[in-house]
Amino acid sequence: MQVYLPIAEVSVDAFLLLGLGAFVGFLGGLFGVGGGFLMTPALILIGIPPAVAVASGANQIVASSISGAISQWRNGNVDGRMGLVLLVAGMAGTILGVVIFRLLQRAGQIDIVIQFSYVILLGAVGAMMTLEAGRTLLRRRSATRSQGKLHQHFWVHRWPLRMRFRRSKLYISAIPPAAIGFIVGIMTAIMGIGGGFIMVPAMIYLFGMPTLTVVGTSQFQIVFVTAATTLLLAATTHTVDVVLAILLIVGGVIGAQVGTRAGQLMRGEYLRGLLALMVLAMAVRLAYDLFATPADLFSITGGR
Amino acid sequence: MRPRAAILLAAAALALSASGARGQQIIADLSRHLVAITTGFAGAEVLLFGAVDGDGDVIVTVRGPDDDVVVRQKSQVNGMWINTQSVTFAGVPGYYAVAATKPLDEIVTNPVAEREQIGAARLRLVPEANIPPDRAETFRRALLRNMERTGLFQARTAPVRFLGQRLFRADIVFPANVPIGRYTVNVYLVRGGQVVSAATTPLLVSKIGLSAEIFDFAQDRGISYGIIAVAFAGLAGWAASRVFQRG
Repeated sequence: MQVYLPIAEVSVDAFLLLGLGAFVGFLGGLFGVGGGFLMTPALILIGIPPAVAVASGANQIVASSISGAISQWRNGNVDGRMGLVLLVAGMAGTILGVVIFRLLQRAGQIDIVIQFSYVILLGAVGAMMTLEAGRTLLRRRSATRSQGKLHQHFWVHRWPLRMRFRRSKLYISAIPPAAIGFIVGIMTAIMGIGGGFIMVPAMIYLFGMPTLTVVGTSQFQIVFVTAATTLLLAATTHTVDVVLAILLIVGGVIGAQVGTRAGQLMRGEYLRGLLALMVLAMAVRLAYDLFATPADLFSITGGR
Repeated sequence: MRPRAAILLAAAALALSASGARGQQIIADLSRHLVAITTGFAGAEVLLFGAVDGDGDVIVTVRGPDDDVVVRQKSQVNGMWINTQSVTFAGVPGYYAVAATKPLDEIVTNPVAEREQIGAARLRLVPEANIPPDRAETFRRALLRNMERTGLFQARTAPVRFLGQRLFRADIVFPANVPIGRYTVNVYLVRGGQVVSAATTPLLVSKIGLSAEIFDFAQDRGISYGIIAVAFAGLAGWAASRVFQRG
């Protein structure tokens, strides 16, 4: 069934979009990731203009991350103060990201920047995950985990503007969290991702936050930054396609539930290894497009 | 469709005999003057029908609304293919199609085709900036090639069919990605390589219904649109988690 997307101005099979939403939602439920980093490039591959893919993708992430954020908040896993610092910086980053997006769009470089960013991002994330999954599989028997020190001092503890984050049991400078939030905000606006897979390791390894609080706080941050991005892009570039977003959301919520259940039946390290390979495959595909000689060296924009 | 087309053609013949006295040797009309882009839109076909007075060949051109188009050229920078040069063309039709009773070069002389811009290759496409003619030609060809690939310029000349001596019909095909706006449909009666009579009829491509309302809302009240989009996403996500928790 063909459906005309009023903002993207293309006609796409509705079941293809539902299926894509369900597939990404399924992966999200299975692996516990937002999936924005898979959704946006997939939308671009099926012919949605990149600007619309990014904006509508951000809108879809609001739906896919809100239920997790609510339950995390109820369980007291959200560090409100940390969340606020990330959020304020994230909003500033989003605004800058939207400005950068428009400048690149005018210069005709937006597609290449999005593609290149995804190659770097997916390549790095995929490689790290593959290594991690491989290591876990090899060392499954010798389960010796070094206990983290309660009072480890990282470099971030010595910077100025120190704040007390009670729930995270931290007394660190507000600059590094603000910087991370800011960078994720820019990436949300340009790439249409939630950024959880950047924030989570940063908060664990750079700040030394407890893992439970990290997951809760990043979920909280993602809801608000993607909501802000949707709002900003809707107001400035008019690229949020609600018909597209609704189809992805409907597919996504169903897929996520199935994925969560399936995830409980499969072993974690195999799942992570599988996701890692998929992420790498996507990176290779996008890199190929970037480096292979295009079929036509010329392209057109505007006027359509 | 067939009986309806026959009625339309009969009407055209009658109208022509009425107008024939004023020297109009070709007339034409469309089965509809509005192509509505609705939520289920996946392209459209419009029937053009008409009548001629006397013999000759018929050419039909359909031209969409003009707009600026930027043509970009990629070149390799550090192994990556990046847009490095661009040329802007003003007044490029967003859609172009041509139909004729015979191949174009058999029925019309080149100067006439150039003057009337018959055939996508003869559209007057001039770059805005001053660039060497060979570069301009390279970019013009690239523009044509890309428009043909998206289906918005139709490279092939579609058939115009005569039904008997005077009546003719042609089907105009619009792909799903047609731009909205005012279109111009020109019909030419050609005899001995020259245009002896011509007529014009307008056509409107417009978003209608839900898709139009969504588009206008997004353009005119972006902030409210954004708030609704976010609110819907939030509610849907929340509701889904509640429903599935119970189940």
